[in-house]
Amino acid sequence: MFHWLEKNPFFFAVAVFVVIAFAGLIEILPNFAQASRPVIGTKPYTTLELAGRHVYIKNSCNACHSQLIRPFKSETDRYGHYSLSGEYAYDRPFLWGSKRTGPDLMRVGNYRTTDWHENHMKDPAGVVPGSIMPAYRWMFKNTADIDTAYAEQLTVMKAFAVPYNAEIPMVDGSKATVTLADTVEGARASALEEAKVIAADMKDQDVKDAVAAGQVPEIVALIAYLNSLK
Amino acid sequence: MENRPLEYDYTVAKWFMLSTIVLGIVGMLVGVILAWEMAFPAVNTIAGEGLAEYTNFSRLRPLHTDAVIFGFTLSGIFSTWYYIGQRVLKVSMAESKFLMFLGKLHFALYLLVVVAVVGSLLLGITTSKEYAEFEWPIDIAVVVVWVTWGMGIFGLIGIRREKSLYISIWYYIATFLGIAMLYLFNNMEIPTYFASGGIGAWYHSVSMYSGTNDALVQWWYGHNAVAFGFTVPIVAMIYYFLPKESGQAVYSYKLSLLAFWGLMFVYLWAGGHHLLFSTVPDWMQTMGSVFSVVLILPSWGSAINMLLTMKGEWQQVAASPLIKFMVLASTFYMFSTLEGPIQAIKSVNALAHFTDWIVGHVHDGTLGWVGFMIMAALFHMAPRIFKREIYSKSLMGTQFWIQTLGVVLYFTSMWIAGITQGMMWRAHDEFGNLAYSFIDTVAVLQPYFTIRAVGGTLYLVGMFLFAYNMYKTMTSSRRVEESELQNASPMGA
Repeated sequence: MFHWLEKNPFFFAVAVFVVIAFAGLIEILPNFAQASRPVIGTKPYTTLELAGRHVYIKNSCNACHSQLIRPFKSETDRYGHYSLSGEYAYDRPFLWGSKRTGPDLMRVGNYRTTDWHENHMKDPAGVVPGSIMPAYRWMFKNTADIDTAYAEQLTVMKAFAVPYNAEIPMVDGSKATVTLADTVEGARASALEEAKVIAADMKDQDVKDAVAAGQVPEIVALIAYLNSLK
Repeated sequence: MENRPLEYDYTVAKWFMLSTIVLGIVGMLVGVILAWEMAFPAVNTIAGEGLAEYTNFSRLRPLHTDAVIFGFTLSGIFSTWYYIGQRVLKVSMAESKFLMFLGKLHFALYLLVVVAVVGSLLLGITTSKEYAEFEWPIDIAVVVVWVTWGMGIFGLIGIRREKSLYISIWYYIATFLGIAMLYLFNNMEIPTYFASGGIGAWYHSVSMYSGTNDALVQWWYGHNAVAFGFTVPIVAMIYYFLPKESGQAVYSYKLSLLAFWGLMFVYLWAGGHHLLFSTVPDWMQTMGSVFSVVLILPSWGSAINMLLTMKGEWQQVAASPLIKFMVLASTFYMFSTLEGPIQAIKSVNALAHFTDWIVGHVHDGTLGWVGFMIMAALFHMAPRIFKREIYSKSLMGTQFWIQTLGVVLYFTSMWIAGITQGMMWRAHDEFGNLAYSFIDTVAVLQPYFTIRAVGGTLYLVGMFLFAYNMYKTMTSSRRVEESELQNASPMGA
């Protein structure tokens, strides 16, 4: 059989393809419906948080920080409850990372504040002596891309029925709603409102001035995202 | 018809040879910068505060991985294809204007994609998925490049004289099909600009998979991009170049069959070992773990087949630096494919995952196996393509030992760093509290980061020696006759 295959490239290629595609069919497809259901209390990202998530991705924060807490005592002691599949239901892409040069950030919103992040992003070693993380000072100057975040929200709402403007059950039995503006102007306005809350807790005068002038610096969006990780 | 040997046309092989060398140096230089940044964070702002955004670790890291995978390695794969393909199929590219055009188009499009990738990654335009960072416009271009190559492969096979496909061709076909399947499915994404009716950045897209599913598809891709980028095509190379250079026949045809079909079937299952203790279903994690261990068989099958090809001819290893490169590559292949399965065992993975041990594993495979084999391939091809002897044998020997030392420093320091950090993360004191804060586990790694940076720098120095040797071979080395090009490559002192 093998000699015959080696003389018939078409059938050889077909055979190779079947053999390599087999594992994917068995392993990956069956999980799709199961894994994409959110757990109670998981909310989709607001416009500002999503813009912050884009800043996180733009700077490859995931190259050094994981967002996956494994079910070991040493990890739950350090980072909080181990990760559940449904908590990632609105994560496109997933940001688990593959290397922990820095600590896990899955629930960083539970134990770090806006103020801490502001100081840390400007001068990591000043906050954590011995830190090898570089400073991210340009995030205080660059403006976050709110429009693209809004475009992504619209896309996922349409294509994947992500529940914006819908009631979402929370752990304590209450309902929460993440609103999504009808227009891009509306989205910019609501992102700015959120940004003002963050900026009020910050010290950097340039950032405060920018937000007062209607701009959203990258750092503000990033902090909104990090604070949302719980 | 005149009875004379075929004149193979190596134009495209030659071009890809140049891009292999240039992109290899670029990718490894970026890697060395990253290594020094981890050892000494001040290096992050080496080009000044104004350019810090483009020189800091996190922005450069994807550029390093993509430059060495899709720049250096892929160029090497293409270059050797355009060389080996013609020779084992017994047909010249010059016989078909169409195939020649496709080959040249392939190279031109490839260069365009390289430029787009470098530019976009520096600007931070990325999907964040490892080794699949490119946004949708580049993804489409990648597909075009890939299809162009595929047409070239099957076109050449279509007009072949030698009816039976040699082992190397099996592996090139598998590379083409495997990457095509993986890349397409992992990069399923919706451009948000079009879906939202023209809002935001035109190049932005959102993944069609979310959370755990996204992770599953990504690591099915990520793991197997290693399979079909770092393993399969490199095996294709060694199956051709080692027998050619040594003048020995491949040890066992049956072993090559077992290794090939075994590798094809088993490799794809093993992606789950990247997701142990994550939120993917337990049975998948177990499958990933088990198949990773099974994977030792086909991997060692190829490696042992190659080492036994040298049976009775071991004096060649001492005599020829070119054989040295290939035998060490094969040895590192065995080493790396044993280390990987060990790390895929659940209890070992609990310790190793997220640490530098994984980085060490990747690099003993890529530097030791992939890098050495590609450079050996280029050394073997150069005299045949340029009709000149290899410029300097002693320089090759020097390069070999500098780089071997570099690899050894790299993986040993990363082993120690990874296991140290993994043990410190899980250490508890007598009251059951965590014994170390996170920063303690970082500070302790500084010496190992420094040793790794030195190892990486040595490897890069070797790359420069390689580039110089190749440059001299192409331009000013002694010219050789066809009769000198039978087996062992001619080398100057």
